[in-house]
Amino acid sequence: MVQKHALLKETPSQTAGPYVHIGLTPNVSGIGGVYAEDPGATMKTGPVQGPEISLSGHVYDGTGAVVRDALVEIWQPDAAGLFNAAEETRGTPDPNFTGWGRCATDLDSGLYSFDTVKPGRVPVADGRLQAPFITVWIVARGINIGLHTRAYFADEEAANAEDPLLTRIEHRARVPTLMAQPEGDGKYRFDIVLQGDNETIFLDM
Amino acid sequence: MTDPIRRNGYLVRDRDWQPDALTPAYKTSVARSPRNALLSFPTGLAEHSAPVFGHDMLGPLDNDLILNFAQPGEMALGPRILVKGRVLDQYGRGMPGVLVEAWQANSGGRYRHRNEGYRAPLDPNFGGCGRTITGPDGSYEFRTVLPGPYPWPNGMADWRPAHIHFSLMGHAFAQRLITQMYFEGDPMIWQCPIIGSIDDRQAIETLVASLDMGETLPMDARVYTFDMVLRGRRQTFFENRWEGL
Repeated sequence: MVQKHALLKETPSQTAGPYVHIGLTPNVSGIGGVYAEDPGATMKTGPVQGPEISLSGHVYDGTGAVVRDALVEIWQPDAAGLFNAAEETRGTPDPNFTGWGRCATDLDSGLYSFDTVKPGRVPVADGRLQAPFITVWIVARGINIGLHTRAYFADEEAANAEDPLLTRIEHRARVPTLMAQPEGDGKYRFDIVLQGDNETIFLDM
Repeated sequence: MTDPIRRNGYLVRDRDWQPDALTPAYKTSVARSPRNALLSFPTGLAEHSAPVFGHDMLGPLDNDLILNFAQPGEMALGPRILVKGRVLDQYGRGMPGVLVEAWQANSGGRYRHRNEGYRAPLDPNFGGCGRTITGPDGSYEFRTVLPGPYPWPNGMADWRPAHIHFSLMGHAFAQRLITQMYFEGDPMIWQCPIIGSIDDRQAIETLVASLDMGETLPMDARVYTFDMVLRGRRQTFFENRWEGL
C-alpha cells in the first residue's frame, strides 16, 4: 500500500446548449430588467489607452454553415500588456479597460463583435515576449466542452515570427487559422472554424 | 510577491473524465467537433488570470429566480427549491469570488427563448436566469423552481432530464467551465445523449445534486446541494523553467 493523496476531479463540462443566451446575455435574448447590463457587454468603462480596435467574425461548423447560436468570450491584457486581474502584480493596468468581453453570435447573422484595444505583448516564463494576442473561448449547442484558441494579428509579422506558441506549431499550413485579418480603420476579422478545411487550431490548456 | 509570469500553471485537465468533442448520439456534436488534436503548450498569465467580479455588481434578487422576473407581488410557479453548495478547487479549497451564472427552463420545461420549440407554456413570472458570486468559503445559493423535463429535437423520443445550467468564472481563464446540474433520482438522467457524452459513470454522478431534506426550509422550499470543482493551481514550491520550449 502507498499513501493516498486524492485530488478532487474537475466537474465535467456539459454543453452550453441552445439557450445559453438566457443565462449569459439575458438582455440581448429579450429577458430585460433582471440585470442592468449583460456581463462582458462593455470592455471599455471610460477613455482607454492605446489603439482601439474591433474584433469580429463568424463561427462555422464542419459543413461550412454559420453557427448562429454560439457564445464567444475574449480575455486580454491592455495596450501595455497588463491584465486587469488579481494575478497581475507587474504594474497598474488601464483602469478603464476590463480586458474581458462576452458576445453571443447574432441569432440572424451569426456575427460576433467586440470593441476593444490592441493588446500589448506579454512575456512567457523564460522572458521571451509573445506576440500580441487575444484569448478566445467558444461554447455552443453541440460543443461538449468549451474550445480555447487565440486571435493573433496578421499585421504583426515580426512579433508573430518569434512568438513561442506560433513557432511551435508543427503543421505550418494551419498557423493562419490563428490570425485576425486587418480590414482597415482598426477593424480585424477573426473567423472560427470548428471543423474541416481551415479548422481553427484549438488549445489544450 | 511571486512574479506572475513565472508562476506555475494549473493541474492538467483530465480529458478522459471530461466529455469528448465528438459524441455522435448527441447529433449536433457531429459537425461542431474539431477533428484535429488540441495544441498543447506551456500556459502563461493569459491562462492563469481572469477578470475579477465584485459583489457590488449584484442586485438583491439576482440569485432568486422565483422573484427576479416576477411582477410585483407575484412569484414563479412550480415546486420551490433552494440550490446551494460550494465551488472548490481540486485541492478541496473553497474558491471565493467565483461568478456563478445559472439558467433553466420553467417548471413546465419551457425556456423563455426565441429558438424554443416546445409547446409547454411560458410562465409570465419566470425569466430563467440568475447569478451570484461565491462567498469567502466558496459557497453559493440560488432560490428557484424545479425545472421541468422537456423534449428536444435529437432522437424522436429524447427528453432532457430536469437540469440547471451553470457557468463558472473562477480565478483563471484555464478554469472557465460550463456544466449542468441534474436532480437525484431522475430516471431520465441515464437516457440522455448529452449526459452520455461523458463516458465515466462516476463523472456523471458528480453532476447529480443530492436532495437534502434535513436542510428543508419549513413550508417554503426543499434543498438540493451541489458542489462544483474547478481545476487547481499547482502548489509546487519550485518554479518550472521552460528552457528551449
